[in-house]
Amino acid sequence: MENANLIPAFGPAIPEIVLAGGAMLLLMYGVFRKVSPTAHVAYGTVILFIITAFLVAGQGTLTGTTFSGLFTVDPYTRFVKLLILLGASVAVIMSLTFIRREGMDRFEFPVLIALATVGMMMMVSAASFMSLYMGLELQSLAIYVIAAFHRDNAKSSEAGLKYFVLGALSSGLLLYGCSLVYGYTGALDFVKVAAAISADHQTLGLIFGLVFILAALAFKISAVPFHMWTPDVYEGAPTPVTAFLAGAPKVAALALTMRVLFTAFPAIAPEWNQIIVFVSIASMVLGSFAAIGQNNIKRLMAYSSIGHMGFALVGVAAGSVEGVQGVLIYLSIYVIMNAGVFCCILAMRRNGQQIETINDLAGLSRSQPLFAFFFSMLMFSLAGIPPLAGFFAKFYVFIAAVQAGLYPLAVIGVVASVVGAFYYLRVIKLIYFDEPAPVFEGPMPRELSVVLTLSGLFTMFFFIYPAPLLAGAQFAAAALVP
Amino acid sequence: MADGYILSLITFLPAVGAALILILRGDEGAVARNARWIALWTTVITFALSLYVLFHFDPSTANFQFVQKTDWLGGTISYHMGVDGISVMFVVLTTFLMPACILASWESITTRVREYMIAFLILETLMIGVFCSLDLVLFYFFFEAGLIPMFLIIGIWGGARRIYASFKLFLYTLLGSVLMLIAIMAMYWHAGTTDIPTLMDHPFPAGMQTWLWLAFFASFAVKMPMWPVHTWLPDAHVEAPTAGSVILAGILLKMGGYGFLRFSLPMFPVASADFAPLVFTLSVIAIIYTSLVALVQEDMKKLIAYSSVAHMGFVTMGIFTGTTQGIEGGIFQMLSHGWVSAALFLCVGVIYDRIHTREISAYGGLVERMPFYAVALMIFTMANVGLPGTSGFVGEFLTLIGAFKANTWVAALAATGVILSAAYALFLYRRVIFGVLDKEKLKNILDLNRREMITLAPLVVATILFGIYPAPIFNIMAVSVEHLISNYAAAIAASDAAGSAGNAALEALRQIATR
Repeated sequence: MENANLIPAFGPAIPEIVLAGGAMLLLMYGVFRKVSPTAHVAYGTVILFIITAFLVAGQGTLTGTTFSGLFTVDPYTRFVKLLILLGASVAVIMSLTFIRREGMDRFEFPVLIALATVGMMMMVSAASFMSLYMGLELQSLAIYVIAAFHRDNAKSSEAGLKYFVLGALSSGLLLYGCSLVYGYTGALDFVKVAAAISADHQTLGLIFGLVFILAALAFKISAVPFHMWTPDVYEGAPTPVTAFLAGAPKVAALALTMRVLFTAFPAIAPEWNQIIVFVSIASMVLGSFAAIGQNNIKRLMAYSSIGHMGFALVGVAAGSVEGVQGVLIYLSIYVIMNAGVFCCILAMRRNGQQIETINDLAGLSRSQPLFAFFFSMLMFSLAGIPPLAGFFAKFYVFIAAVQAGLYPLAVIGVVASVVGAFYYLRVIKLIYFDEPAPVFEGPMPRELSVVLTLSGLFTMFFFIYPAPLLAGAQFAAAALVP
Repeated sequence: MADGYILSLITFLPAVGAALILILRGDEGAVARNARWIALWTTVITFALSLYVLFHFDPSTANFQFVQKTDWLGGTISYHMGVDGISVMFVVLTTFLMPACILASWESITTRVREYMIAFLILETLMIGVFCSLDLVLFYFFFEAGLIPMFLIIGIWGGARRIYASFKLFLYTLLGSVLMLIAIMAMYWHAGTTDIPTLMDHPFPAGMQTWLWLAFFASFAVKMPMWPVHTWLPDAHVEAPTAGSVILAGILLKMGGYGFLRFSLPMFPVASADFAPLVFTLSVIAIIYTSLVALVQEDMKKLIAYSSVAHMGFVTMGIFTGTTQGIEGGIFQMLSHGWVSAALFLCVGVIYDRIHTREISAYGGLVERMPFYAVALMIFTMANVGLPGTSGFVGEFLTLIGAFKANTWVAALAATGVILSAAYALFLYRRVIFGVLDKEKLKNILDLNRREMITLAPLVVATILFGIYPAPIFNIMAVSVEHLISNYAAAIAASDAAGSAGNAALEALRQIATR
């Protein structure tokens, strides 16, 4: 019995341990190999992600806590971790050609993505503010580096620095919030915090702590009013990094937000609910309106992702199993659509240069009809038009909001989605209606066309057999919300 | 044939045709030729299958027939298809007009023919789906999805201001529809299902009905379109290619009216009765105002577009009278307008293909060179006016009778619309067909060719046949309409009884208090 207390059970954390150890091995391999090892390390990373995914899935229905209540696994963490691994693997695959062409051919790149992924999995499994901070920082530090990875490019360095400074600020806010919560509840474990709150109800200090924590997490998911870094970082960072940033880290941060809110602060739901509602509305509206004026496709996608996080937060605001299910469905579909869109952006090359203004897409449907078709369908899907997958994503978060009686939120949300449809339509208009601009360099690298095709087909034909994702998300959501 | 799958077969057969066109290989000319033929055969076979449904349809019951139900989105949202006496007519109307659309595009579309045919076939799938779905979410799914092909059709193959028109169409319709989506969700949580037959029997509280009705109205009024949210329609019509206009006027507009009949009236009867005066007002304004606007148009398509808004005014007016004549007349008017306006747009397309302008002043004296065309246009113009003996008369007359029962003033004002429609339609006809043929460009214009005759002939037959003998259409829808009206009347009576019981109780209380 004593022994069991001294040595924690490692079982629940095996996927993370394998991933962290594997990342170290890949780093060693990169260091000791003389000829450029990047491609090997990158493929190794993808294989490592796949192994980890099998380990995560192999845990079946295992539910439990280990490391003295710091680390927890349940169906919810499993769903989110698989999604994160998917997003991260796709990002590594998409970077293969880019880092070679753009002179960033260094093996640390995939390894850093692997380390960021360890951080994200840690965030998702966090059961205490201590482990939460640890995971968040591991993830953030790795991403600061890869955002500035194109070190000869001033914009990339600027993006990395900006992200680092603002990220550090948000970490400060988080720590301050955690210390307030600790001060007023005497606990760091989510479960104990929740117990302390229900025992002697809320105090002003606790609410302050909650607000600081939420501000820091809103920063990580780039929700308004903590979104300011997003357009600059998205534009400046190398495109595969942007693709990665827009996918997996958002999933992890939003999953973590839900974990904190539903496990640590269920007793003060009315307090955090109004914050979430405000942040959600602000994000949806700003994301829709601000994107209209953008001409750089990466900036446009930055505002688009702000808007999408707003839509996902609608499900959080609902605060029910249906709401969490909606968010998980939203994030799954969003990650896949996002991967497809960034494949398209990565394939925009002319005269050996990556190009980024949306006017360069003019008349794409004449020169590359299939590419243009998938791109347009992804845009329609992001706008949330049926029969595409994006519609179902929005459907499930809004139906949860309506169930919770949040009619104003739902109405503002759908109206914002109509405004948002305008800028997605503008891209489609350029692709299909306008006279052709000079053609892009073809053909698209094979790995990009594979990812784009899979993403496009998923988006278009999701409606035929949606049951597995719906059921999986529901099972996961039921594990989080009591 | 398995009756349980026939509706799905009709719905998705065009999509299969689209997939076939997608995999065509070869040089551009061969692909275009094959795409046209595949599209034509697909639409013809779909029409034949829909006739099978029509002939095996049992008009003696108001139940949904050819029903298919499969799990779809988990829970109670299912893939549920079926038709009753109202929707089966619209399914057949859709499949009937599609071959005409393909034929009308045979020579006038020369660029990106493959994509064009795919867009039309996908659009057909989605339109048939709208009329067959018996689940609200499924309905919304088809209803909204139709915007994608329509947006592309107008934007790619449209006229000079096509981009403005396509954006306006898309955003207007989307804005109306998303509010309906919220209402659908609210109904889901209240009734626990989105199954349409179940919801028809589900009594929603009166207060909730008001909001739900308004949300559905936002969507259908835009689609219909009703004054004052009709402004997207003239733009879309003018810029769309001929076949796009045909679909828009012939079928897409009918989705609004169908929606009122399928959802607003049976599911929110109390709110429908409460809001009927609003609908009457908007309808009468639409009839008079848009007819006057039509009178001064210089562009033929714009003129017909405004006349469509006016004719749809009769439909909304008829539907919300809640009388047998009004509703049957509204449905008949929708069907008749479906082929008449489609035919008028096809007629405009015929001369546009030759002269490449739609300015009315560019024409005149066409009767001398194009006698067959003059006859065809004469028939359709008269049907548009509502001349007895054409199908246009039956619907207009019945809706006016229905309106007269409900409110004499509404009927009187709406009747002036009939006069105005005669004015603008005859004025158009005179300027285009009669007069002196003195314009250089028109001197060598050719009459209808064989393809155009084949396209227009069925529409002429339908216009005259159902003008003289409309009974087959009424036979099919009669029982369903009767069922709809009896439920509607029962719900209103129940609500009135509840209201008067409440008043009586209040009165009793007051007496006790004052005693």
